[in-house]
Order: sequence, then C-alpha cells, then structure tokens
Amino acid sequence: MPKATSDAKLLIQSLGKAYAATPTNLKIIDLYMVFAVATALIQVVYMGVVGSFPFNSFLSGILSCIGTAVLAVCLRIQVNKDNKEFKDLPPERAFADFVLCNLVLHLVIMNFLG
Amino acid sequence: MAEPGSSTAAAGDGGGRLRNAFGGVLCAFTLLLIGVLAFSIRLFSVIKYESVIHEFDPYFNFRVTQFLSKNGIYEFWNWFDDRTWYPLGRVIGGTVYPGLTLTAGTLWWLLNSLNIPLSVETVCVFTAPIFSANASWATYLLTKEAKGTGAGLMAATILAMVPSYISRSVAGSYDNEAVAIFALIFTFYLYVKTLNTGSLFYATLNALSYFYMVCSWGGYTFIINLIPMHVLLCIVTGRYSSRLYIAFAPLVILGTLLAALVPVVGFNAVMTSEHFASFLVFIILHVVALVYYIKGLLTPRLFKVAMTLVISVGLAVCFAVVAILIALVASSPTKGWSGRSLSLLDPTYASKYIPIIASVSEHQPPTWPSYFMDINVLAFLIPAGIISCFLPLSDASSFMVLYLVTAAYFSGVMVRLMLVLAPAACILSGIALSEAFNVLTRSIKCQLAKLFDDSPAASGDSSAESSSASTASTNSAKNENRSEKTKTIPKEKPSKNRKKEREVAESVPVKHKKEKKLLVLPMEASAMGILLLIVLGGFYVVHCVWAAAEAYSAPSIVLTSRSHDGLHVFDDFREAYAWLSHNTDVDDKVASWWDYGYQTTAMANRTVIVDNNTWNNTHIATVGTAMSSPEKVAWEIFNSLDVKYVLVVFGGLVGYPSDDINKFLWMVRIGGGVFPHIKEPDYLRDGNYRVDAQATPTMLNCLMYKLCYYRFVETDGKGFDRVRGYEIGKKHFKLTHFEEVFTTHHWMVRIYKLKPQKNRVRGKLKKLKSGSKTSSTIAAGRNKNPWQ
Repeated sequence: MPKATSDAKLLIQSLGKAYAATPTNLKIIDLYMVFAVATALIQVVYMGVVGSFPFNSFLSGILSCIGTAVLAVCLRIQVNKDNKEFKDLPPERAFADFVLCNLVLHLVIMNFLG
Repeated sequence: MAEPGSSTAAAGDGGGRLRNAFGGVLCAFTLLLIGVLAFSIRLFSVIKYESVIHEFDPYFNFRVTQFLSKNGIYEFWNWFDDRTWYPLGRVIGGTVYPGLTLTAGTLWWLLNSLNIPLSVETVCVFTAPIFSANASWATYLLTKEAKGTGAGLMAATILAMVPSYISRSVAGSYDNEAVAIFALIFTFYLYVKTLNTGSLFYATLNALSYFYMVCSWGGYTFIINLIPMHVLLCIVTGRYSSRLYIAFAPLVILGTLLAALVPVVGFNAVMTSEHFASFLVFIILHVVALVYYIKGLLTPRLFKVAMTLVISVGLAVCFAVVAILIALVASSPTKGWSGRSLSLLDPTYASKYIPIIASVSEHQPPTWPSYFMDINVLAFLIPAGIISCFLPLSDASSFMVLYLVTAAYFSGVMVRLMLVLAPAACILSGIALSEAFNVLTRSIKCQLAKLFDDSPAASGDSSAESSSASTASTNSAKNENRSEKTKTIPKEKPSKNRKKEREVAESVPVKHKKEKKLLVLPMEASAMGILLLIVLGGFYVVHCVWAAAEAYSAPSIVLTSRSHDGLHVFDDFREAYAWLSHNTDVDDKVASWWDYGYQTTAMANRTVIVDNNTWNNTHIATVGTAMSSPEKVAWEIFNSLDVKYVLVVFGGLVGYPSDDINKFLWMVRIGGGVFPHIKEPDYLRDGNYRVDAQATPTMLNCLMYKLCYYRFVETDGKGFDRVRGYEIGKKHFKLTHFEEVFTTHHWMVRIYKLKPQKNRVRGKLKKLKSGSKTSSTIAAGRNKNPWQ
C-alpha cells in the first residue's frame, strides 16, 4: 500500500510537471472547459434539489455547458502545435470554426430553452 | 485517381493543368447527366397515367402540404386535426415528421414568389424525382471521400437507377423516403468528410444535416446508431485519432439538441434506448481521449502505474453505473425501445404482440427474388466492393463496410428497409466497378505503351509483328507478374529470342519505376474484361428501366388492365370519393378499414374514424369488430361513433385482389386482440378461410360479407367471385340496418348508409293495445326487434 501511495504521489507530481509545460493559450482553453463542466455539475445538483420540471430547460442548460466544453476541446485539438495532423490549419481558421459552431449551438439552445 | 494520365502529363505542367481542367468539366457534365437520368427515369407513371399522387400515405402528406400552403407555418405547427380518428382527433403538429412537408412547401412558395405558378399537387408529385437527383450527387460526394472521383461517378450512376430506390421515389410517391434518403446520404457524406479533414466547420454542417434527417423520417435512428458503432469500431481497431473526436463529439451534443427540437421526437431524444448508443460511445470516446492525452504527458513507466491505479478504481465505479443503468432500463417492459424498433431487433416480436405492425405487407421479411429484383447486378458486385474497401483500409472505407453490413441485416428483417440497403450497395458496387475498370484500362494502356515502344525495333509485316509483339508482351507481362527477377526467358521461337531479351531489358527499368504490386493483365483479357463489364452494365440498365416502367410506376389509385378489346381503366376509387364529396354533408362521418383513411380525408374531404396512422389500436379494433359482427351489432357500434356512411372495397367483379374480403382476417385478428368475443376460428372452416357454401355461419352473417356481396348475384346470376375463384355462399339476402347508396362502375367501392332508427317501437305499442287476442298472438310470434 505505501508503494501505491508513493506511486500515486509520484504520478500526480509528474502529471503536474508535464501539464505545467503546456503553452498558456492551451491552459486558458482548459480553464474554460473546466468552468463549463463545473457549471453543468452545478445545474445537475440544482435539478436534484428542485426537480426536473421544465425538462426542456434543464436539458438545454446541461447540453449547452457540455456542448461548449466539447467545442473547447475541439478547438484545443486544432490549435495544439504538437498535433501533426493539423499543422497546416491556421489557428484563426480553427477559432472561426469554433465560433460558428458555438453560434449554431446557442441558437438551438435559445430555441429549446422555452 | 480519377485521371491517371493527369499527374504524368508528358506535355509539362501546362498540359497537366489543361487535362485537370478538362477532367473537371467532364466530371461536372457527367454529374449533370446523372441528375437528369435520375429525374427522368422516375417519370414513367406521369407518362403512362397522369400526374397524380400515388398510394395511401402520400395523400396524407399532400393534405398536410395543402394546409401548410394555405394557412402558413404557425397554423401548421399548431394544427389539431378533427377530421380524422373521430371522435379523438389527431395532433398533426406533434405527430408528423415535418421535413417532407416543409421542403415541398418551401419549394412551392419559392416557385410562386418567382411567378412560376405551379400548383401544390405538381410540386408534391415532382419532389421525389428532384431529390433523387440530389441523392445521386450526394452519393458521388460520399464515394469520392472514400475512394476517389471515378468510384464516385460510378456509384452515382448506379444509384440514379437502382430499382429499390425508384420504387419509393417515383413521381407521385410523395412520401418521407423521397427526401429522407437524400438526407441520409448527405449526412453520411458530411460525417466522412469531417473524419477525413478534421474540420469543425464540416462537423457543424453534419449536425445540421442530421437535423434535416430527423425532421424527415423515423429512420434517423439508423444514423444515430450507425455512427457510434463506427466510432467504437475505430477505437477498438486502434484507429483513434483526434479527427474522430471532432467528427463525433459535436455531432452527439448538437444532434441530440436538434433532434429534441422536432416535436415528434421531443424528449425521446434523451430517454429512449434508440439514442443510448450515442451517449455510451460519447462517454467511451472521452475516456479514450483522456487516456491518450495522459499517455502523451507521462513517461511509459509512470503511465503503467497510472493505468493500474485507474483500472482498479475505475472498474468499480463503472460497474456500479452500468448496474444502475441496466436496472433502470430493464424495469420498463419494452426495455426502453419503441415497438417499431423492437420489431426490427427481434423479427418475431411484432407477430406476437402488435398485429397491426405485423399486418402491413411492407413489414414482412423479403424473399430472395426481391433482392435480385431490387438491387439486381449489385448483389454480387457488393462482395468485390467489400474486398476493394480493405485494400487499403481507411476510416471512410471501414464506415462503408459497416454501413453495408448493418443495412443488409435490417433489410433481411423488413422488405421496406431494402431502401436503406440500396445506397450502401450502390457505393460498394461503384467502388468495385471503378477498381475493375482501373486495372483493366491500366493494363491496356501499359500493353499499348509497350507495343508502341516495341514497333521501331521489329522488322517484317505489321500483322506478324503486332501478333508477335503481343505474345512477347504477354510473356513479359507474365514474367513481371511472376517474379521481380527475370532469370529464364521461355524460349518459344528461337528467332524471337533477341527481341524478347531486349524487351525484357527495356521493361525491367520501366517496371522499377512503377509501384511494386501494380497488376497488369494481358491485353486481350483486359479488352474482353472491359467489354464484359460494359455488357453487365447494359443488363443492369435494361433491368432498371423495365422495373421503373412496369413494376414500380403504378399509382394504385388508378388501375389498368389489358384485354382483347383494348385497355381498361379502373378509376373507381376517385369515383367513389368524388361521389362522397358531392353527395354527403361536410360533417358526415365515414367508416372504412384504416387503409383508406388518408385518401378519404384528402380526396373526399370527409371525417373518418380510423386512418393509416394506426396510432390507436383500440379504435381500429372497434372498427374491425364492427365489420366482423352481425348487422345489428355493427349498426350499434357504428351508431355510437356517429358514423353515417360505411365504405368497403370489393374486387370480386373485376378480379382486384387487394380488397376488403382478402384483408378481412386481419380485421378479425385485430378486433379479436381487444374484444375477446371475436374469435378467429369462428370464421374459418377447418382452418381455411372460405366465403362459399362451405363458409361458417358467422362468416356468412358478418357485416363485411353482407356489404361486399349485397346484390352481387345480380351481376351474373351465379355470384362467381373472380378473386376467390368460386361462387359465394349466401346469394340472396336483404340488408336490414344499412342501405346501399352508391356502387362504383366496376363494383370496386361500395358505399352504404346507416338506416335511422324507427320512431315507433312496436313492442311497446303492443302493451298499450290491451285485449286484442289476435294482435297479442301476432306479437308473441314476432321478434321483438325495433327495426323489423
């Protein structure tokens, strides 16, 4: 067991060190993602407290949070310089696609919010 | 891949660009021709009959489109239809897939605003051919993503003509599949394009196209289950990439939201089992993505440590979650699936539990001949296409193979789903044919090149030279195929040795320049091969045109038959509906079997009791019970539903086999499923369904028999039923509770009116008249029936 805990500590330390090496713009996107997921969790807890009526509002709220998180991940994938598949993709184009997809997502959300 | 010559243009870069441009123009022109072909092959019914809407379901769609064009979209969205399923009504806005109606409505509005005054009916009739042209172009795009332009053009041509798709999209067949197949192929194209390029823009378009598919057809569940299956396949076979994430994750979120927007689907998008596959694979994809991300961050040793930790903890959590989910799903009796989906997964489900689904002829499993009728030559080109997809295997080609396999399974369950198999079959056949043509034309080109290289070195007359050159080239080709080193040259004729050695010496450096495994066949074989493939294509085209003209162009509302004195046209259905619309009040209710509900509301404009939507089994069972009961009981049932007229379809005089007497057993079964006093064995004699003298008394007394055969004996004196092939059982009888008001020209549709109740009830009158002995004896002998 002590080996496991020491291993776990070593693991977390090396994870932290490796993560600290990522560029700042990617860290900003990660922060945004964490914020979106945290909002989703808060909404789930709220639904657990007050009940799920009206269901369409709950669904649109949750899916908008998860949707922005997913789109942020997609943006991160495309902007990451370590990704060899996307080295010809200019980051402005990636951001433009991200904005477009978010627009569509939020248009649908507003329609479904009720 | 499209133009093998373009990349190796000998005339330099300018010549290459010209060739590219020429290839592009040729490609565009071919696509235009394919669109025209797809449109015009579906016009046979318009030419042979008239521009009329076919069958039953299209009439409902047509009526909804008429309403939309007259009243606008807000009225359409909130429409409650009280002229059907009397007295229940039907919420049209919430139970119809609006895609087709909105598409045709938009087309009509656009044309009218451009001052092209086409009527709604014309737009509805020609919507299907237009969208089949669009579907061919979408097939071209999809196959181009998988295998290149040549395969794309081939697949598009094949799809334009495949009989299975023609059967559901002729001009006049205004049904959901007309636009849904286009939406299906286009959604798949955008998914594969996103998978290939990893662009979020195409992912957005993919979600929007999926939205269009959800609007159009209930078969959208096929997409939302096939794509997760493919993602899972890619993950399991080690082809995970970040493009896969971009292709799938936004689609799930946006797709679920968009599907929930459509009123028909609503919250089913997150609550029914049909969608759970996408959520499950969504979670799995995220886990895999996280694993790959952490793998990239850590050293391999630490990664192993992480894995052991995670697996021990994660597995426990996973099991708990899965157990909860299974308990939730298993607690519902249908395990969360809808009836139609369950009948697809378990083919015997419908016949056991839902007789209405089992009774539709389109829901039966197909027979072997129907495969050859519907996809013809493609049936044996598909395996060649599958093999071609594996050389080399890419994400797109694995998707094709998966699509084909699942579509083939579902088409085996229900003949209607052959339609979903058709695009997959066309794509794979297109790939196979294109590869075959590639190899054969390359062989001929190489052999011809060798031939022209060889000609200055030889001497003698040209015929001998060409034959020797061809045999020599055959030999050299065989050498190339056999091994890389040409050690021994087979000595055919000593005089040709020198030439052969020089040829082999020439060909060896040429061969090293080519790729390693390029297959080059002998020239005669290649030419023969190309010729035979073209003949095969010719057979396919001939079959498709025949199928379109003869088999799938019948409008079902107008029938024709040829006899020795020319062509007979049976327009009885429209005759009956026109009579109804002219000779009855607007609020009169008409009862018939559910097959004719849509047509009655659309053409006769009268309220019906049940129609083709078949959403209320009890209501249909009520009508079925009424048709199976004796006259008095049937009168009472119909009277309780405010019915004024009863309509039956009878084919005995002209030999029309799809009439109500042939459907009667289904009425008994469905009625008996809800009202147990109707028992099917009562209507069968020794297990056989008969209406002649051997029929059971229950059968001979039921309403359907009486309404169909009333006065039938007057036609030929013997009452010979041309469909059943024998004389009927009860020939001379009177109707007590119904009166005949209309029978069409060929006796195909017969309309009866319910007789009103008599004012005086004679039994009561007898009690008031006390004393008279004769009257009391008469009363004792008479049946106490208010109508007799």
